[in-house]
Amino acid sequence: MSNQIKVEVASICQVAPTIREFTLEAIDDELYPFSPGAHVVVEMPSAKKIYKNAYSLLSDPADTNRYRIAVRLQEASRGGSIYMHEQVKVGDQLLISPPSNLFSPFWLAKKHLMLAGGVGVTPFMSYIPEMLRRNADFELHYMYRSLQTGAYKNELSEQLGDKYFGYDSDRHTRCDVTELLSQQPLGTHIYICGPESLIQAVEEAAQTLGLPASVIHSEEFAAPKPGMPFIAEIKSSGQQVEVSAEDSLLEALEASDISVPNLCRGGVCGQCVCTVEEGDIDHRDQYLSDDEKAAGKTIMPCVSRAAGERLVLDI
Amino acid sequence: MRVAPKEVETFRDDFTYSNSPEAIKRFPFPFPEDEYRYSVNMEPHTPKGREGSAYEHFLDIDEHYLSEMTERKLVLDAMPHRCLAMDHMELACWDMLERLMTSLAEDYSDYFKLTIEGDQWTWENKLLNIHDTFTFGDSSTLPKPPLEYIGCQVQGDFALLDQRDGDLFLDAGMVTCPADWSLAFDAGMSFKEWHGPVPMAHNEGIFERALKYLTAMQVGSPIRRLNWTLTVNARMDTSPETYHEWGHERTSVTPENVGEKVYLRVEVQVMDRMPRSNALMFIIRTYLISLEDIATNPEWAKRMHRTMKTLPAPLIEYKGLNRYHSMVVDYLSQFDPAN
Ligand code: HEM
Ligand code: FES
Repeated sequence: MSNQIKVEVASICQVAPTIREFTLEAIDDELYPFSPGAHVVVEMPSAKKIYKNAYSLLSDPADTNRYRIAVRLQEASRGGSIYMHEQVKVGDQLLISPPSNLFSPFWLAKKHLMLAGGVGVTPFMSYIPEMLRRNADFELHYMYRSLQTGAYKNELSEQLGDKYFGYDSDRHTRCDVTELLSQQPLGTHIYICGPESLIQAVEEAAQTLGLPASVIHSEEFAAPKPGMPFIAEIKSSGQQVEVSAEDSLLEALEASDISVPNLCRGGVCGQCVCTVEEGDIDHRDQYLSDDEKAAGKTIMPCVSRAAGERLVLDI
Repeated sequence: MRVAPKEVETFRDDFTYSNSPEAIKRFPFPFPEDEYRYSVNMEPHTPKGREGSAYEHFLDIDEHYLSEMTERKLVLDAMPHRCLAMDHMELACWDMLERLMTSLAEDYSDYFKLTIEGDQWTWENKLLNIHDTFTFGDSSTLPKPPLEYIGCQVQGDFALLDQRDGDLFLDAGMVTCPADWSLAFDAGMSFKEWHGPVPMAHNEGIFERALKYLTAMQVGSPIRRLNWTLTVNARMDTSPETYHEWGHERTSVTPENVGEKVYLRVEVQVMDRMPRSNALMFIIRTYLISLEDIATNPEWAKRMHRTMKTLPAPLIEYKGLNRYHSMVVDYLSQFDPAN
């Protein structure tokens, strides 16, 4: 992406057993201000391949001098988090995208209920300063395992007082989501950031209680589900691009110097759409309509894959 | 700036508004093809054309600056509700003020100057003799709320869209020169709701695609699109609120006066993501040019004849051209003998 920003790693600190925090400062340009819930995409040029992962900005949005992100080491990582944990040192330079936001607070809500699971606390770190400035009614419910996660729990508890609720499953304290949701006043909006299982639990509880889907907002930066390797053939040049099980189609195209416009790299923005000439598609995006998916003529290469062994792309 | 602001001219009553030869040359002519159809005509808002073109800078300040600022004041004095900002849009209004001030100061340093010391900002507008120091983010330190304050110093109408649930909501704006729509009426509406009256485009999926594109827009990558209609007399404020003042003027067009009375009204619409609030800023910069002035450029006159002649009936109806559309086509046909 041409509008990337070059930053320097100003400091690194361990904020939980498996989570490291990186402070990033601009080198040439100034950093953009950002909005609560915004994230950046960090480019990680490892020896094998370039990883690109999205991380929430967790500093106060009013502070435009630096960005902070937190990276959890993922056991089943595709490599990005291992790179951040093992390779990146203070003084290193990284390329990041400008901030964008797919998880903004719903400011008209009467009350904001934030549910964080593990490293999913990060977007709320930028919500909270702005909510405090606006005198918004909110609560943070933070679920973690103190042997692994739980970053910022002490400072959050201190800063937020009775707005803060912590649940440590390594100490057998658990959050009864249905009970919690049932106690909320009308007009409450619910924000979830954490593993798929948490999002599902909240969505099920909301359904049981008859809460409208429009008050539930979730953000999940899950790495794309792994798939089978396949070959993408470029119609115009006849080039054969091998897509491994770990790579997304978009990453494989980029590695072969075929650039496709892209933005979210997560199947929501619609920028990367490509025309498919031949082959069945395993659609994994939220951008194409059901009809478009059924037609099988277009693919979002940032997340979707071939259902078979070969795809011919009209690019 | 190539085109320095002229003395104040009027967009009402005696209509003294006029375009200089230089302003005609730089007019953002909106028809790239012989047929006009709705499309998702959005492109990156990057500089285009020679120096001095209407696309040279993020904001275009031209010879009509003083006239348009005077006209805006007349509208707002009479109808203060033509500017509104819901409570939750406060931060977005400051975003807008920051974006407009920094780009004006950068692109037109002869006229505008911004000095930032921490949260103490000093703003100078030499064209309007404004010199104020205020605390960024604190509305009580400005003479007017931020949207109104800066909106009254920049040509064009403004809307600020709140983004929620993958949709955009018209929750703030200043609209004093609309092509027949009302901010007060559309306030709080969603993208599809406020586009409700537009014919044809809904079925073609145009709004669905445009909305997906808009909601994914990133900070620092503005985009633009053009829209157009026709207006009788050089009237900026063709709003539903003042319909009684201009609606009847459409019957005053005759084959003899059509060239001077009918104006092509072009909107250069710029959309830009606001960093602090995640709102989308929508600028509608309106340009007016008489058919007579268009005719000074034979290519434009010929092209416009073809687009007008092939304009679909639902668009003629929606744009309110029924009464005089055929006179426009007849007038322009003299510049396109082959057709
Ligand atoms: C988010 C910013 C936008 C705002 C605030 C906005 C607002 C409006 C409004 C108020 C109208 C008049 C509707 C009426 O008759 O009451 C209109 C018309 C229209 N808009 Fe938008 N619009 C936006 C973006 C777009 C985009 C991105 C497209 C791209 C296709 C678009 C396409 C149109 C079209 C085709 C019309 C009909 C115009 C005509 O024929 O005169 N708009 N818009
Ligand atoms: S990059 Fe956004 S949908 Fe693929």
